[in-house]
Amino acid sequence: MMQSWIILGATSSMARAFGRAVAERGDAVFFAGRDMDDLKRSATDSAVRGARVAEPVFFDARKPESFSAIYDRVSAEEGIINVAVFVGSMPPQDAIDAEPSLIDGTVTDSFTGPARFLQGLASLMEERGSGTVIGVGSVAGDRGRIGNYVYGAAKAGFHTYLSGLRNRLNRSGGHVVTVKPGFVDTAMTWGIEGMFLVAPPEKVARDLLRAVDKKKNVIYTPFFWRYIMLIIRSIPEGIFKKLSV
Amino acid sequence: MLWKTTEYAGWGRVHTATGQVARPERVSNLVAALKETPAPAIGMCRSYGDASLNDGGAAIDMTRLDRIIGFDPDSGTLEVEGGCQIGELARLFAPRGWLPAVMPGTGFATVAGCIANDVHGKNHHGNGSFGQHVISLVLMTPSGKKVIGPKKSAKLFQATVGGLGQTGIIVSVKLQMLPCKGDVMMVTERRAESYEDFLTLLDNSTATYSVGWIDATAKGNNLGRGILEEAETGSGLMPAQKKPKSVPFNAPAFALSKPIVKAFNAAYYRRVPESGRTSVKPINDFFFPLDAIHDWNKLYGKRGFHQFQCVVPIEKAAALREMLELIARSGLASPLAVLKRMGAGRAGNMSFPMEGYTLAVDFPNRPQAEILISRLEEMTQLAGGRLYLAKDSLATGARIKSMYPEHAAWVDEVEKADPEGQFATDLIRRLDLRTTL
Repeated sequence: MMQSWIILGATSSMARAFGRAVAERGDAVFFAGRDMDDLKRSATDSAVRGARVAEPVFFDARKPESFSAIYDRVSAEEGIINVAVFVGSMPPQDAIDAEPSLIDGTVTDSFTGPARFLQGLASLMEERGSGTVIGVGSVAGDRGRIGNYVYGAAKAGFHTYLSGLRNRLNRSGGHVVTVKPGFVDTAMTWGIEGMFLVAPPEKVARDLLRAVDKKKNVIYTPFFWRYIMLIIRSIPEGIFKKLSV
Repeated sequence: MLWKTTEYAGWGRVHTATGQVARPERVSNLVAALKETPAPAIGMCRSYGDASLNDGGAAIDMTRLDRIIGFDPDSGTLEVEGGCQIGELARLFAPRGWLPAVMPGTGFATVAGCIANDVHGKNHHGNGSFGQHVISLVLMTPSGKKVIGPKKSAKLFQATVGGLGQTGIIVSVKLQMLPCKGDVMMVTERRAESYEDFLTLLDNSTATYSVGWIDATAKGNNLGRGILEEAETGSGLMPAQKKPKSVPFNAPAFALSKPIVKAFNAAYYRRVPESGRTSVKPINDFFFPLDAIHDWNKLYGKRGFHQFQCVVPIEKAAALREMLELIARSGLASPLAVLKRMGAGRAGNMSFPMEGYTLAVDFPNRPQAEILISRLEEMTQLAGGRLYLAKDSLATGARIKSMYPEHAAWVDEVEKADPEGQFATDLIRRLDLRTTL
């Protein structure tokens, strides 16, 4: 069956690595984001690597009016429609503390924007059956902590949304994979203090493909983050509130 | 975050640098970084010495700008971002009948790095240097970008190819690839019993690709013995690719001590039967044999190692023999030693190649090795030969300048392109390469 992938937030290095991986399988890839010059380069790269179709498409999480053109384009493709969501923004917590209105953009980029996009696409996916949504959340969404709780809260909301969407799409043969990456070597983590065991984006992309093939529900990548977060989640709130992890 | 303070090293791990590094993932990030802090570009840091280091200054890591941005399957012209790696191109295009025209000894080298060092490969005698296959490139400086090529802004192009990043940042490159039969290599290995035997085999070789491994520990009648590998591309079933291994920690010093290297070399030599043999190898195993072991540079321990590489004119083959004698007597050589025939092809003012023979030998970083290398450099100079800046970590500026007759022309162009010296690196400062004094 022919596969198409919409990649939201396709200028990020994790998204690019994933786009390459599905391109080498011969799938159609739509690189969705704002920097069209950059997306065009990624699309050409994927086309040369073997993608059946590779095109840049404009997507802005904060502009829902940009969504319908993508729905139209992808519905013109035959076969199964899949989406991988890599969008999100993480302003430093102290910037948000100084300017609380930054919360709106963070929540839109990391949660409500992509949720609204997926909501609009869900019925098309149901019609076609058996498509997969990959939603990239974050370990930051597993527990609110002083360092980035606004971003964490947005991702937690997204996790809950994905869980509900999984429940819905399951009825028509569709699937949702929730991904919680730990530290990945991207522009977002470049130069941030305290990073350890940083995973290359290519490794995360391989983990995502495997999770899709095996129909995993929730994965941590690299896998050991499941255990790190298990520990962090099991710290009693009375103690946790005094920590700065 | 745009900049991060980090420590990085040349491949030989003798030289290190600490400084701010930006790693743009988009061209717009690159423009922003360059505007904020003009700095030299670095890639996979596969240069052995300090060519890719800027200690105390800033550097722009180009490895994330690694996409293919154009390909014409009919003509084999390819356009890529500068951070694209050679091995990745071989993997993608060999099955479709195209190979990068020149491939250095590691597939991890970036395309821009191959240009900045005008690298050569195992086909240099026939196909020339990397820069000779560049159709055009996009060069960026804080004042903007320019498209240059062998005809368009020819002088600037000649200063950029082999120019060690001193004229600006190579953002993207249009290359002409060479047709190939497929993604396997038909490799013939033959023993060369002595140095004279080796030269005869090299001179008479008609193979497209050839490279000689030399036993740099062998003395007397065995001096200069080794194995000549000759290869052509082929197609057909490929043996399964082995997974790369990595070196988890720094090896202790005795790992490359004299008796161990001697024993290893003798066994390695005898591995090929006296009558020679022909086999089919995956393309990577022939071109990038060491890439199968990630971080193999750690085998030299935390003190690191030097690679000496020189080329001498054909008629000075005797000088190379003397060098081999000196190396064998010192007992300092590692198993990694290569002898090749080199053609005249070069594309830049500071390109290494000249018609002749090139010898490359690795030495663990010890005081005696530095003395030996300095002697070898002197012998190279006397023979009218040249040292390779991609490998160098010990030479002096005066010696290098005497070996590169177009150095003054290069300095002229570099001064025009980067009058404030913003792209200078540790190698440039060590050799005082941007003056003609």
